[in-house]
Amino acid sequence: MKAINKLILGSAIATLAMSSTALADTTLNALFMSQAAYSEDDIKSMTAQFEAANPGVKVSLEFVPYEALHDKIVAAAGAGEDGYDVVLYDVIWPAEFATRGFLMDVTDRIPADYTDKIFDGAWTTVEYGGKRYGMPWILDTKYLFYNTEILDKAGISAPPKTWGELAEQARQIKAKGVLEYPLVWSWSQSEAMICDFTTLTAANNGAFFEEGQPAFRQGGARDAVSFMKATLDEGLTNPASREYFEEDVRRVFSNGEAAFALNWTYMNALANDPAESKVAGKVKVAPAPGVDGKSTASSVNGSMGLGIPSNSPHADEAWAYIAFLTQKDIQDNYAKLSLPIWKASYSEPKVMEGQEDLIAAAKESISVMYPRPLVPSYTEVSDILQKNIHEVLLDQTGVDEALEAAAARVKRIR
Amino acid sequence: MFGRRRKQEKWILLAPAILVLALITLIPLANTFWLSFTDTRISAIPSPVRFIGLENYIYALTDPEFREALYRTLYFTIVSVGLEGILGVAVAVLLNQKFRGHLILRALIILPWAVPTIVNAVAWRLIYHPDYGALNSLLFQLGLISDYRSWIGDPATAMNMVILADVWKNFPLVAYVALAALQTVPADLNKAAAIEGAGPWKRFWSITLPWIMGPLMVVMVLRTIEAFRVFDIIYVMTGGGPADSTKTASFYVYQEYFNYLRSGSGASYAVLVAGISAVLILFYYSSAKRQATGATA
Repeated sequence: MKAINKLILGSAIATLAMSSTALADTTLNALFMSQAAYSEDDIKSMTAQFEAANPGVKVSLEFVPYEALHDKIVAAAGAGEDGYDVVLYDVIWPAEFATRGFLMDVTDRIPADYTDKIFDGAWTTVEYGGKRYGMPWILDTKYLFYNTEILDKAGISAPPKTWGELAEQARQIKAKGVLEYPLVWSWSQSEAMICDFTTLTAANNGAFFEEGQPAFRQGGARDAVSFMKATLDEGLTNPASREYFEEDVRRVFSNGEAAFALNWTYMNALANDPAESKVAGKVKVAPAPGVDGKSTASSVNGSMGLGIPSNSPHADEAWAYIAFLTQKDIQDNYAKLSLPIWKASYSEPKVMEGQEDLIAAAKESISVMYPRPLVPSYTEVSDILQKNIHEVLLDQTGVDEALEAAAARVKRIR
Repeated sequence: MFGRRRKQEKWILLAPAILVLALITLIPLANTFWLSFTDTRISAIPSPVRFIGLENYIYALTDPEFREALYRTLYFTIVSVGLEGILGVAVAVLLNQKFRGHLILRALIILPWAVPTIVNAVAWRLIYHPDYGALNSLLFQLGLISDYRSWIGDPATAMNMVILADVWKNFPLVAYVALAALQTVPADLNKAAAIEGAGPWKRFWSITLPWIMGPLMVVMVLRTIEAFRVFDIIYVMTGGGPADSTKTASFYVYQEYFNYLRSGSGASYAVLVAGISAVLILFYYSSAKRQATGATA
């Protein structure tokens, strides 16, 4: 009994001692994802540089799949001081996180001149109600990747400028017997599908909501779903797309089994890496196409930011870490899998080198980035759209019927 | 005098167990029950809790998609536990025979059950993979299918494929309990019946099965509770898709809590799922009782 008492006392003293020297010796718990954008190795290497520059501050890294990121952040909000100090979060969550008080308002910590130096699309990631809840870090969108060898074989000289042309080229490739399914997408019942859907909606000048009411039943959003379904019906899209995530798209495309694919920045470097891809050197990237008379290119805002959960006891150290990761120099040095948030980076030789076509595409795509609905109930809206669009793609219901059902359910949200 | 002291002693001895039970079961249960009648939300900004009566339950039960999920869960439970029962008993009867290597086989059969659910789910997802899955490869080489196909990406097959993965993992538990029970069946009873002219089937139905019914019922009840609240294997294998075709009732509890942050509403879904499991268990017990009285009569 006495021994136990001593032990408790001892650890209490130790805890006191640790908290009094918190500024000097801190371990930050940071949550990242292991999927697309910066690789685990990139993040570990940036973190090592931060630790070297800030003696006494250690960072404990945790990587989870994107699908688990939201729930981890929410579950840790109730963990008191044992939660996370830095979290990576998606552009679709700040509305929800801000209204629930999960993230610290860091508006005052951000230097005023940053506003103009960073792309607006990146700022969208961290802003809600005129306040900033972190720093943007990953400026990402879905690009159109194409296999030049397959296009050559089918006698196609230039990549498509519109989605109509893309379908036409896919038909040619199929007709000449080069590939059975020229297109591959991430159309599993997931957020990945909503990103493709958003890109197509943007191309068709569609809208999700108008004056708070669902507007996806007609116009561009409806055209987007019809297009998706038509490519399946025509046999242009690989039917297995309906259970694919981004990594499956990368694998199929890197195996030379698709002519066109929509994917995030990270696929550019990996599909051109001979160790990861059978089509290295034959991969080109362009902005996702537009639609005749409506748009010249299309793009979904798939950016992500870094924030400090409101229960973190180490806000200052956490901010130092975020400021380090998001600074221009660091981003410029790791610009292969994810592109910088800084406008000036896009004319830096070391960023452009070896990926000139990506940078050219990025300049165009970033300027037309289209946001997914910025509402606090986004997660639920997205789930509803996922289910109903998936039913269309699986031939279980018609386009109008599904979008009507989705709208009715969106109105039922509490 | 003596009796009263005995009574006190009983309560004193039971107190630690009751305390632990209250702490880990009763209090959370009562709390969940209370939550289910409120509009509580998960938030770092404190807000007053409002009592809203049956509103959460009405919202849940008037949702046609949740009702579909309940039927789906019931389907999963009945088919999955049913197959595990049949397969488990059949394998147990085999393993109860004396043949060369029966001890090794007895040890091997437990392996699927020892695999963690998540690992099992990931492994089966790979087996079902539309492009390089082992199932496609096997069926293709046997000439049973002419083209690789999607197993868990097709709403028509997804649920049954998940059930197959669940049965593979869980039938060994049933088999083990049944095997243990089989070893207590008196051999002379079977011999006597054989002399009386009862064939193997007759002996199995009239002697063996009633004899092992008690332990078998226990493991079936356990499996039913687990199957009805199934979440992990489906979350990993299909995430509830394609087009919600594998989305079970527990998904709604998870979704309401962690995705939509409505803990009050989530609690009402949890109470509904727990309540239905309770009804299933009662049904089991009453049928087991009938069987037991039927066997002695």
